[in-house]
Amino acid sequence: MKELSLNILDIAKNSVKAGASLITITIDEADSWRVLTIADNGCGMSPEFLAAVTDPFTTTRTTRPVGMGLPLLKLAAEQTGGSLSITSSQDAADHGTTVTASFRMDHLDCVPVGDYAGTMVTLIQGSPNIDFSFRYRTASGEITLETAQMREILGDVPLDTPEVLTWVYESLCSPVE
Amino acid sequence: MKTLAELQAIRDRMKDSVTMRSGTGSIRAVVGMATCGIAAGARPVLSALVEEVSKLNLSEKVTVTQTGCIGICRYEPIVEVYEADKEKVTYVKMTAEKARRIAREHLRDGKVVEEYTIGAVEK
Repeated sequence: MKELSLNILDIAKNSVKAGASLITITIDEADSWRVLTIADNGCGMSPEFLAAVTDPFTTTRTTRPVGMGLPLLKLAAEQTGGSLSITSSQDAADHGTTVTASFRMDHLDCVPVGDYAGTMVTLIQGSPNIDFSFRYRTASGEITLETAQMREILGDVPLDTPEVLTWVYESLCSPVE
Repeated sequence: MKTLAELQAIRDRMKDSVTMRSGTGSIRAVVGMATCGIAAGARPVLSALVEEVSKLNLSEKVTVTQTGCIGICRYEPIVEVYEADKEKVTYVKMTAEKARRIAREHLRDGKVVEEYTIGAVEK
């Protein structure tokens, strides 16, 4: 993956597949660390699946027995001196999964964040009925997007309407306030 | 900065056309968006397709959707076109530019772009 935002798109799709109704994506940059968190309220993983989930030969896909999503994110984090951690619960009361990856931004092998706006547009286009909460915080400010808030304003107009997707893209590309 | 007021304006503009949009959608263009597709460049392909379908006013008859791994990862990015009573067309090794051409020639004009199909690329 050439940009972190492609990993984000890939991993968030696991949350979609897990039946989540809310997916929270945050990127926090402070000092020399970038911390990415993708949290969902989907079905969660069993302890056995969780223990094996960063093994490329563990996957939910049925087309072939290899899944590279989490292994690639783990590699991207570890090659900068960072790490990947995953917590997951199947409890009826608070089920869901949280993936956290940390990166040393001053490391030569740290991939750029890339087109996060394109990733959010793609996620919303693919799952217009799921709520996404996005926050990208840097030293100079933060960018946020809350689809629940958009839904309130839009009423019956679906989130995957082309004009709405354009609005999302442009609003995320605006300079950090 | 794009404001929420602009979103309100979109809503006011779209209100009347929503019922019309959620009409038929007889053609389905599906983009493979699993790890393999994303790593190969599926995101800009999908964006180009969505943009072009909107620009050519095809939203009523064409639905652009995403799917998981199609099973032939070495040919990603892949776009499959489904149309009632017609054989599925599989386009492989897509780029944003190729996707725009497919929107114009296949989705709008109904003419399959043979050179981008898996049959042509496999030869």
